[in-house]
Amino acid sequence: MTTSMDWTRLISRDRPGSRLLIILLIAIIAVLLVAPFALTGAKAISICVKIMIFAVLVASFDLLLGYTGIVSFAHTVFFGIGAYGVGIAIIRLGASWTSLAVGASAAIVVSVLLALVIGLFSLRVRAIFFSMITLALSAAAQTLATQLSNLTGGEDGIIFRLPPALMPSFRLLDTKIFGLTIDGKVVCYYFIFAMSVTFVLALLRIVNSPFGRVLLAIRDNEFRAEAIGYPVFVFRTLSNVVAAVFACLAGVMLSLWLRYTGPDASLSFEIMLDILMIVIIGGVGTIYGSIVGAVAFLVAQGYLQDLLKGASAALGSLPGIGKVLSPDRWMLWLGLLFILAVYYFPTGIVGVLRRPARRLDSSSKPSAKERLSIVYRWMGRAR
Amino acid sequence: MTELLLNLENVHTHIGLYHILQGVGFRAQRNRITLLLGRNGAGKTTTLRTIMGLWPASKGRISFAGTDIVGRSTSEISRLGIAYVPENMGIFPDLSVKENMLLAARNASRVTDIDQQRLEWIFELFPAVHQFWNRPAGKLSGGQKQMVAMARAIVEPRELLLIDEPSKGLAPAIVNNMAEAMLKLKQSGASILLVEQNLQLAREVGDDVAIIDAGRIVHTGPADECFARDDLLKTHLGLALCP
Repeated sequence: MTTSMDWTRLISRDRPGSRLLIILLIAIIAVLLVAPFALTGAKAISICVKIMIFAVLVASFDLLLGYTGIVSFAHTVFFGIGAYGVGIAIIRLGASWTSLAVGASAAIVVSVLLALVIGLFSLRVRAIFFSMITLALSAAAQTLATQLSNLTGGEDGIIFRLPPALMPSFRLLDTKIFGLTIDGKVVCYYFIFAMSVTFVLALLRIVNSPFGRVLLAIRDNEFRAEAIGYPVFVFRTLSNVVAAVFACLAGVMLSLWLRYTGPDASLSFEIMLDILMIVIIGGVGTIYGSIVGAVAFLVAQGYLQDLLKGASAALGSLPGIGKVLSPDRWMLWLGLLFILAVYYFPTGIVGVLRRPARRLDSSSKPSAKERLSIVYRWMGRAR
Repeated sequence: MTELLLNLENVHTHIGLYHILQGVGFRAQRNRITLLLGRNGAGKTTTLRTIMGLWPASKGRISFAGTDIVGRSTSEISRLGIAYVPENMGIFPDLSVKENMLLAARNASRVTDIDQQRLEWIFELFPAVHQFWNRPAGKLSGGQKQMVAMARAIVEPRELLLIDEPSKGLAPAIVNNMAEAMLKLKQSGASILLVEQNLQLAREVGDDVAIIDAGRIVHTGPADECFARDDLLKTHLGLALCP
């Protein structure tokens, strides 16, 4: 008798659910795939890589917020552990694939243990306490990273080399392809691309597995989930651990690209705010939203200043306009864009795209009160 | 001959500063429908929640099929074979009907893993479950949600079902269907502890009665005897239950 594995089970059956969303996702993946050949300038490539890293980081945060209803501020801690794990291992063991694997594995082990400890000590308590504990942990991690300078390089962080195949000096091919030299930087880009696609698909599969279904049930009503036989505390802790592992892997991706890690690059609270904004813009509890949200937010963050510079140059002569459109005020405009996004897309971009029929019917557009109630509903669900 | 399935002895429950159950004691027999009746606020839902471990008993003993269940976690109690159908259609609104059912079938990761014969039987009992299989449960009507909640409780064989006011807010026709379904469930070998304010439904399905008032059991006995006593109904249940 032969047994064959059903490989299709490895792929999530949660389809995007909207033609527009499918087109958007295909376009994003296509752009990311051809970016090294099609885009010029380090900034554009850097934004593409950031999108890939944040897609994984935000998707893993969505597992907590959108699927389990947990608000954790310690997500950057695991991101930092991944980044520092690779950096420290390479500094100590040398720039090889082995040290890269050792660093990443050690970081995953530390992340799992830490997530377990956080879960065991704080997921039994009330929602606000869990959030407060994770906030304190996040601050502690930043302090530790700056204080343990022998290990972490302190505030300056650590710069390190990667295995030769991932360094810019490496040449994979002697000939150029479409005018591009296939060097270690390009290899690194596609290595990160492959990791990003794999991890997002893995997260998509996890949330659409029986485990993900239990998480959704817990988010909807923890008492009911407990009453049908699921130990809520155990599932919440497991969700915390899985999210921590993927955040750690996102940190590994970051360190591969930057060949540097420091408190500001991987542990800062600004990153946590970015994660929160991306998950809300993209759509909480969708996973696909992490990709769309990362693109919308990071492109706006990267090019808003340039856009304002152009607008200021064109309209600067008008009284008052020059000051309002000053490139230095890009954060203000980003904030305004965020408020507008939350108001007009209360369920996130993906949430709206998944309801095309309703969107086209103007009579069923949500009122201001409904928009607020959707936001409150999410806030209420989040523990 | 009857066989004891659930036994509560001198059960006390505190919620915050409030002493809700003040020595509740009654028995539910196997393969019978036991009614837990009482006025609003008498402690009926608290009794069910205490049995499930959702609110821990501060004192007393609850045994299920001879096993002491006080102090056990809700999920453990559920795994022992007790299913709880809370009031207000306790479904997961964001999940589809199918996903609600799969959640309760804990050993099944897909529909084909569920006992198909049992599933067909459930579809016969609650046609709405089949009809709206892929629809988000939150989009169903009150009666349909209640059917999903009941169906979810029996997707795996359970020895005891705790059902809290299944007729609340439902149209009379649906209440009749509900009564029929409960009688069929009993025929299939299940035992039910039913909290109900609808006297007609209670009369139709009940075998035994326990009346609770102000956190204490004030009467237990066969349902026929209880419903024949006007004084009992008026004193402890009030006009709300009179037909």
